[in-house]
Amino acid sequence: MFSLFKKTAQPADSTVPHAPSTSSAPKGITAALGATFKQFQQAVMGDNNGDASAQRPDVAFYDALEEGLLLADVGLDTALYLVDAIQKVKPSSQQQALEIMRDKCEALFIPAEKDNALVFSADTLSILLLVGVNGAGKTTLIGKLAHQCAQQGLGVTIAAGDTFRAAAEDQLAVWAQRANASLITHPNGDAAAVMHDAITHAQEHNHQVVLLDTAGRLQNQHNLMAELQKIDGVISKVAPANSVRHNLLVLDATTGQNGLKQADIFNKAVPITGVALTKLDGSAKGGIALAIAHELNHPIQLVGTGEAIADLQAFDATAYIEGLLPTA
Amino acid sequence: MFDQLSQRLQQTFRNIQGKGTLSDDNMADAIREIRRALLEADVNLQVIKRFIDRIKDRADGANVTKGVDPGQEFTKIIHDELVTLLGENHQPINLTQAPSLIMLFGLQGSGKTTTASKLALKLKNEGKVPFLIAADVYRPAAITQLQQLGKRIEVPVHTVEGSTDVQQIVATGLAAAKENNHDVVIIDTAGRLQVDNDMMAELLLLERQFKPHNKLLVVDAMTGQEALNVAEAFDSQLSMTGMVLTKTDGDARGGAALSIAEMTGKPILYVGVSETPEGLEVFHPDRMASRILGMGDVVSLVEKAQQAVDIEEAQKLETKIRKQTFSFDDFMTIQKQLKMLGSLGGILDMLPIPGLDKQTKSQISNMGEEHLQRSQVMIQSMSKAERANPDLLQDKKRVARIAKGCGATEKDVKAFITQFGQMKAMMGQLTGMQDKEIKTAAKEADQGAFSGFGMPRRNKKKKKAAEPTMPGGLPPGFPSNMPFGGMFGGGKPTRGKASGGRAAGKPGKKSR
Repeated sequence: MFSLFKKTAQPADSTVPHAPSTSSAPKGITAALGATFKQFQQAVMGDNNGDASAQRPDVAFYDALEEGLLLADVGLDTALYLVDAIQKVKPSSQQQALEIMRDKCEALFIPAEKDNALVFSADTLSILLLVGVNGAGKTTLIGKLAHQCAQQGLGVTIAAGDTFRAAAEDQLAVWAQRANASLITHPNGDAAAVMHDAITHAQEHNHQVVLLDTAGRLQNQHNLMAELQKIDGVISKVAPANSVRHNLLVLDATTGQNGLKQADIFNKAVPITGVALTKLDGSAKGGIALAIAHELNHPIQLVGTGEAIADLQAFDATAYIEGLLPTA
Repeated sequence: MFDQLSQRLQQTFRNIQGKGTLSDDNMADAIREIRRALLEADVNLQVIKRFIDRIKDRADGANVTKGVDPGQEFTKIIHDELVTLLGENHQPINLTQAPSLIMLFGLQGSGKTTTASKLALKLKNEGKVPFLIAADVYRPAAITQLQQLGKRIEVPVHTVEGSTDVQQIVATGLAAAKENNHDVVIIDTAGRLQVDNDMMAELLLLERQFKPHNKLLVVDAMTGQEALNVAEAFDSQLSMTGMVLTKTDGDARGGAALSIAEMTGKPILYVGVSETPEGLEVFHPDRMASRILGMGDVVSLVEKAQQAVDIEEAQKLETKIRKQTFSFDDFMTIQKQLKMLGSLGGILDMLPIPGLDKQTKSQISNMGEEHLQRSQVMIQSMSKAERANPDLLQDKKRVARIAKGCGATEKDVKAFITQFGQMKAMMGQLTGMQDKEIKTAAKEADQGAFSGFGMPRRNKKKKKAAEPTMPGGLPPGFPSNMPFGGMFGGGKPTRGKASGGRAAGKPGKKSR
């Protein structure tokens, strides 16, 4: 089994053209988020430059905590859940309160019985379907995934399943070339047919991974969600018996509370096996991922942290949680 | 998009209603609900605090007004405040220069390229001669995307093949636009993070060199709390002139827009409302506030109808109805005009239909769209003679052929023909009514809406909102209370069948 996306940084591919400011080394998630609990403590308890963290948490502390979570897009329900959970334990210090919160968050992300890492086998075909709203970053994510799979020596086929957006195929072609992957396109523009051909192609060429791109769609567009179901059905039919399916919801880290709906409704069309959080290199905290883990129990698996081909990481709950709270 | 917020507030008002006056107690409940609703709508926490303070102040003063229903009182206060929040005055885009320069910028994936082409088409339809410059040299195929979109709407797209020098691209593009007498130039730039100094510097250089008359931030309606920081950063560095809110056809509540408008004081100029090239509309804060409160957006709909519907055509149709010579061809004409109004869901959203929540509306619109599509496919399978003369379809052989042609069952086709006949007869009866009677009926059917236009409204006799009677709408010139339900997806829609038939799916795909 290949465990992709190790939490340690991967070697950079410096030949890849990208936006000027994007460093050629992939950003670690901690570096991308920067913030730490300590900074939050300083921000909240600003005046006391002494040992504020030893003080008993008061109403102001809990208010600040709730606001911090809300500003991170965690959402009211999950924010209240966390604050309540901390208060129930009756922490003796603010330091302890934050530690409890970290543990509660981690528990949301990593239910003990589940191993959430995205792993691909060299022996069986892994089929990844990427779904999400318009502009979430599906195509870019496919490019990065293809690259990382290729780096691990896995054969990759990509299906240009976004047959709607202008030039989506051309965009994918650039990524496929960068990652040295096969690209399957379909002249008549039927997305399900592209998926079918891609899976067949991967089998014929003994590839280990098929990456299926789909057109972005807003989850309240019933016709398009029905199309996803159809695609899902076609994949199930053509997928070999020993293949492994992954349906990834691609979610922009700047997304607000609508992210919950996205996760909920996409999951009804195609059972989501994991979430990829994109654009986490920005200032957004991506707190909606915590709400999704809390309310819908979807594992967060991948994190996109930049525009370069290597800017893709396995989700690291600890680093993510430390970046959640405001520091100023 | 703001409909859940609207639902929440409506719920709050229902709780307040009948309590006589606004008291601290019942207001506290409402205010808690509003805070929750606004948070769920992604309105920035800072903005919510300001908003609630203002509402409290206004409501306290309003307590003295006697005889006014407190729910209504509250609704008015919140409506007014929402209008303020959304930017009191709608400001049109500045197109006074020749050429007027519009620069679009924003985060990755916010919808800049799509907006660029939609804006070009919109301005073209308003009589301008637009020109597009593709200056996103980073995202693979971004330039190709704009070129393809430009081709579709027949607006030239400028770029410098192989160049990554955006200043050169814009400079040469501007020169080309001037040379060819284009009066609007739209620059599509690469998506960037506001914390990315190098990329922000690139924008700043463009701004300094070309001094665009309009600097528009493109914002995804689904953005969360961070929208405010993003907008403030772009605004402080580039002093934006306004913003475009995209993807409002989704079910995001779009609180980000409220936050940005409030904190930057910059207006929302346009909203993206669909994936079609025409899917961009002028933003009206007052109308949006009404929509938030479930008061509908009737003015928008009327304007749309006036644009979409050829009055002369409508009058011709009316005559045909009166004489009962209404054919399948005429039916298709109506449907075409309806299409130009937008999706059924979009139309329903703009209508103030009490008791119809978002879910029901979307169910209706889906059933309606499905029926429309199915009936269209059936008509397309008819011969010219059959379309013009529905009586020919008494012939069973013809029915069988049509059924085969469109992939429906004979039973479905027959049902459709029967419905069509019934509709025709009923329309004939209705147009026989005196104008006065029609107007009275229309007034009864809906107090708040306009009566002259014959837009769809709920039939009062049918109380259950879950039983949609009129998901479709009629173009002007048609009487308003026409029982079109059977045609447009009332009756008993058979979803399973519809989705099973290939014919039903095809037009849907095309319309996308």
